[in-house]
Amino acid sequence: MTTMTRSSEPQAENQQVAAGVFAPRQLLDSVPDALRKLHPRHQVRNPVMFVVWVGSVLVTVFAVAEPSVFTVAVAVWLWFTVLFANLAEAVAEGRGKAQAESLRRTKKDAVARRIREDGTEELVPGADLRVDDLVVVEAGEVIPGDGDVVAGIATVDESAITGESAPVIRESGGDRSAVTGGTTVLSDRVEVRITAKPGETFVDRMIALVEGAQRQKTPNEIALTILLSTLTIVFLLAVVALQPFAVYSGGEQSVVVLTALLVCLIPTTIGALLSAIGIAGMDRLVQRNVLATSGRAVEAAGDVNTLLLDKTGTITWGNRRATGFIPVGGTSMDALVDAARLSSLADGTPEGRSIVELCVTGYGRAAEATDHEKTGEAVPFTAQTRMSGIDLGGREVRKGAASGFVLTEQTREIVDEISADGGTPLVVAESTGGDHTVLGVIRLSDVVKPGMKERFAELRAMGIRTVMVTGDNPLTAKAIAAEAGVDDHLAEAKPEDKLALIRHEQEGGRLVAMTGDGTNDAPALAQSDVGVAMNTGTSAAKEAGNMVDLDSDPTKLIEIVRIGKQLLITRGALTTFSVANDLAKYFAILPAMFAAIHPQLGGLNVMGLHSPNSAILSAVVFNALIIVVLIPLALRGVRYRPSSASALLRRNLLVYGVGGVVTPFAGIWLIDLLVRLIPGIG
Amino acid sequence: MSGTVAGLLQVALLFLALGLVYRPLGDYMARVYSDTRHNRVERAVYRLVRVDPDSEQRWSTYAFGVLGFSFAGIALLYLLQRIQSILPFDFGRGDVQPGMAFNTATSFVTNTNWQSYVPETVMGHTVQLVGLTVQNFVSAATGLAVALALVRGFVRARTDRLGNFWVDLTRGTVRILLPVAFLFAILLIVTGVVMSFKSGVDVDGSTVATAPVASQEAIKELGTNGGGVLNANSAHPFENPSGWSNLVEIFLIAVIPVCLTRSFGTLVGNRKQGYVLLGVMGTLWTAMLAVIWVAEAHGLRPLEGKELRFGIPSTALFADATTGTSTGAVNAMHDSFTGLGGGGALLNMLFGEMTPGGVGTGLYSILVMAVIAMFLAGLMVGRTPEYLGKKLGRREVTCAAISILAMPAVVLIGAGITAVLPGTPGALNNPGAHGLSEILYAFASASNNNGSAFAGITVASDWFQASLGVCMLLGRFVPIVAALCLAGALAEQRKVPVTAGTLPTTGPLFASLLGGSVVLVAALTFVPALALGPIAEALQ
Repeated sequence: MTTMTRSSEPQAENQQVAAGVFAPRQLLDSVPDALRKLHPRHQVRNPVMFVVWVGSVLVTVFAVAEPSVFTVAVAVWLWFTVLFANLAEAVAEGRGKAQAESLRRTKKDAVARRIREDGTEELVPGADLRVDDLVVVEAGEVIPGDGDVVAGIATVDESAITGESAPVIRESGGDRSAVTGGTTVLSDRVEVRITAKPGETFVDRMIALVEGAQRQKTPNEIALTILLSTLTIVFLLAVVALQPFAVYSGGEQSVVVLTALLVCLIPTTIGALLSAIGIAGMDRLVQRNVLATSGRAVEAAGDVNTLLLDKTGTITWGNRRATGFIPVGGTSMDALVDAARLSSLADGTPEGRSIVELCVTGYGRAAEATDHEKTGEAVPFTAQTRMSGIDLGGREVRKGAASGFVLTEQTREIVDEISADGGTPLVVAESTGGDHTVLGVIRLSDVVKPGMKERFAELRAMGIRTVMVTGDNPLTAKAIAAEAGVDDHLAEAKPEDKLALIRHEQEGGRLVAMTGDGTNDAPALAQSDVGVAMNTGTSAAKEAGNMVDLDSDPTKLIEIVRIGKQLLITRGALTTFSVANDLAKYFAILPAMFAAIHPQLGGLNVMGLHSPNSAILSAVVFNALIIVVLIPLALRGVRYRPSSASALLRRNLLVYGVGGVVTPFAGIWLIDLLVRLIPGIG
Repeated sequence: MSGTVAGLLQVALLFLALGLVYRPLGDYMARVYSDTRHNRVERAVYRLVRVDPDSEQRWSTYAFGVLGFSFAGIALLYLLQRIQSILPFDFGRGDVQPGMAFNTATSFVTNTNWQSYVPETVMGHTVQLVGLTVQNFVSAATGLAVALALVRGFVRARTDRLGNFWVDLTRGTVRILLPVAFLFAILLIVTGVVMSFKSGVDVDGSTVATAPVASQEAIKELGTNGGGVLNANSAHPFENPSGWSNLVEIFLIAVIPVCLTRSFGTLVGNRKQGYVLLGVMGTLWTAMLAVIWVAEAHGLRPLEGKELRFGIPSTALFADATTGTSTGAVNAMHDSFTGLGGGGALLNMLFGEMTPGGVGTGLYSILVMAVIAMFLAGLMVGRTPEYLGKKLGRREVTCAAISILAMPAVVLIGAGITAVLPGTPGALNNPGAHGLSEILYAFASASNNNGSAFAGITVASDWFQASLGVCMLLGRFVPIVAALCLAGALAEQRKVPVTAGTLPTTGPLFASLLGGSVVLVAALTFVPALALGPIAEALQ
């Protein structure tokens, strides 16, 4: 899959939530879709733009009946206003469609080897599979549908879905049993119980989501639409009532001019961009490999008060960093370090790298393999042996989980001690000519990821409390919590403790976000307001959450909160901008309408617009063009820096409120310079 | 001492007096509405009307109570006027005409006190005292009750109960309005206001009408009612005899709307929340005072229609107080103001009567505006919007929008139709832009339940009696029902805790946001209409 960019590194501090690529070409490509959306059935769903649509029809009738350059020009630009709004939506949807297209390509027509009740196999097309069917998949075959592994263990290439090229292990039982249709088994053989009907698989739902096919307005979007409709009614009344006042004053206005005024005043800018903002918000999540099952979840993310973060993998590297070597028996420290380094030179995993690193920094060994060492044959880690190492000139060095070795009493004690402390022991052994010796133990322990403290401080400034959840004993948990700078921690946490904590927080009116991957996490994921399931997790977890992170990177929760906030800010900012624009439009249009009957109102023409016709047309043109100008902003989202609410509001009011007042004065003035050159207008 | 200095001294004195009573009266009112006990008078009332004072109501029941009580009041007041000839103290003034009786009944029940009649020749003392004055009390108490119900919506959590309308109504009347009005009626008599049950006194062979003025004068101002016992209203020496009475009346107009912000702050548990509302109200009120004052002082006809006994500053102060509070009493003829000055008074009403607004109505109106302002501001801080710990969702925004929408809709539709009616030019004192200002003023005054008149327009025709009556009804009860519905929606929610991500609503940032919203909503809605009226006049 090419369009999904994988963001493997956490976003840098204070960095703006990155923009999706927006090329002007997308505008052109979306024109046919935009034209199709001119149908009234589509327009009526957006009250603000429907008013513009009706106005356009009305002015067109007048333009046909009594054509003049002015009337025709106004009619054309009113249609452009509607068209640009459609364009904004079409572009946003188009980006989703491109993603859906690349997802569809991953849907291969797999042939399934279904197991009959008598235990024999039959070949059926993947599309004919039903829930609870059992299928066999072997190395090199494509998994025919979503399901859980019920027997066996295998490495699976999930790059089609996640973009991550490193294979993952899937095994029966436990939290790594879920497999996704369309992914490929690389080694071994598994039996899979199908859990989704064809057409309702994970990939199918992803496609529907990114295409926006099931898009429904979110609660906040509905509330904003009500507010925008109210504004529209207010302006409709103001403009309709203006005619009798004008008649009374002896200066009756044409329907064309009144319609132009109405369209300029109603909040067309936000009305046109509102749905694009929503689609783009989901889209920004998809670009970060997060799939949200509803827009509601994205909104809730902006509101989150409490983040429940699993310690392992989120706050700490997990037990993946070597922090010490413990030789056993008669082995010297030097011998152990050498062996450990040797076994890890060809090991690209984080654990392997960290062992070499410790050898280099702690014991002065070389980081690179010598030419002699390079002649060795690397033995890769397999799911069955659970160990890796190197064969070098008759010497076999291995390191791996304790269960793979025969241990002495002393070694067993060391291994248990490390486990009890919350670390992970790796045993290093060597065999020369059949002689099998355990040399010692490598301690892998938890290390807090760099930059976490700053991140949590940033979250605190945003009003978000972080709670670290861990199975560690209270002492270890407290130490790590203090080091990471979280606000609170839950030690020796069982799944039901997690659920109770979420309920407690929600009881106080707080919104809770969490990540989870195990079946055990499912109830908590379902209870939380924003539940992000890891793609590596079980089907149950994925069903329970309202988002799935394809990268299975729990720190992304912080990213998701940012995107939610950015979505809401974009809506508010563009609404403010839209309303603030009206001031300049009054200054442009009112003098143009009434200078004839009250010459003193000509003094309000502060922009020095050329003529009544050019003034009105310029306002209409500005009103249409500003939509196109703001499409990239709507898709990208406004700039967001985590800071206090007051600072955010002050900044956005300044940029979009004051900016919204000033911009149209300049814009309308500039447009008037051109419009006045049109014969029949100037 | 020059007029300007005297005027500034008056403003300072007014602020000082309001400052002195702000805490005690504000806290007292908060206690009145959160008290769990009932005094003897109240218990008697509850027994009489068969109400269980300890049972609380849902928002719909509460709203039904407000509507039922008000419409019963209209019917009763209409009836009283129509049978005036058989009532005592009618002085042979006869039954009131149906159109006028409807308009007047509506006007006093909606706390508008728009007067399409000349009191001295139309109303006898019985209708004045039993009908109009009673409504002066209970219409104000109704406004207070609605405001309190909305405050409870913010304070309470996870309940559908908003209090009991009958209890709130009775307490507001018995514990707040009656005692304060009584106290100030005495004070006004001391300043020289007339209190007489005679129909008039003989002065040099001509009869000058008198009435029991002082008792009504106090509640007329205190309840932000504004309906004068005498036609010239507070420009009449019997209603407003001296500079001191003028100041006392202005104080009375402002005292409850101002102190209610304290009660609000006390009830929501954060006094700063009340101060910030007061700050917004005070700033806008003072700004409009400056506009009217400066405009009148530099106008072409500085003395026409002004109360010469008081001079321009006191006139401007009274005009600002009366239009900013939905009172509608006048001590000068606003029709004679300059384009800018009259426009200022007009704009003061078009702000929606929340600077500081009427008794109760000012508080609930500005809270509704705060809901709208916080909806946009809340989005801009990256959260779904909230105010005072309550989320502003679909239902909340809908209610607030309807509440805000009602007044502009009624003003624009009413004034629009009137502008093109064939009979209109004959009813206006002035043609052209000023005539349009007169129409706009009349409909703004009725729809905002202000009741002050530009006085340049003859409103005795059936069209004006009926249309302005309908405007008063819609302008009063649509926002009230919407505000109560909003209160119901808010009370059902649980409270959202305050975090660093919550936008504080106590600082200058929120104050400018709220003040800006008040001005912006009024400006965006009414600029086209104002351009052809006051703005065209002012630029002349």
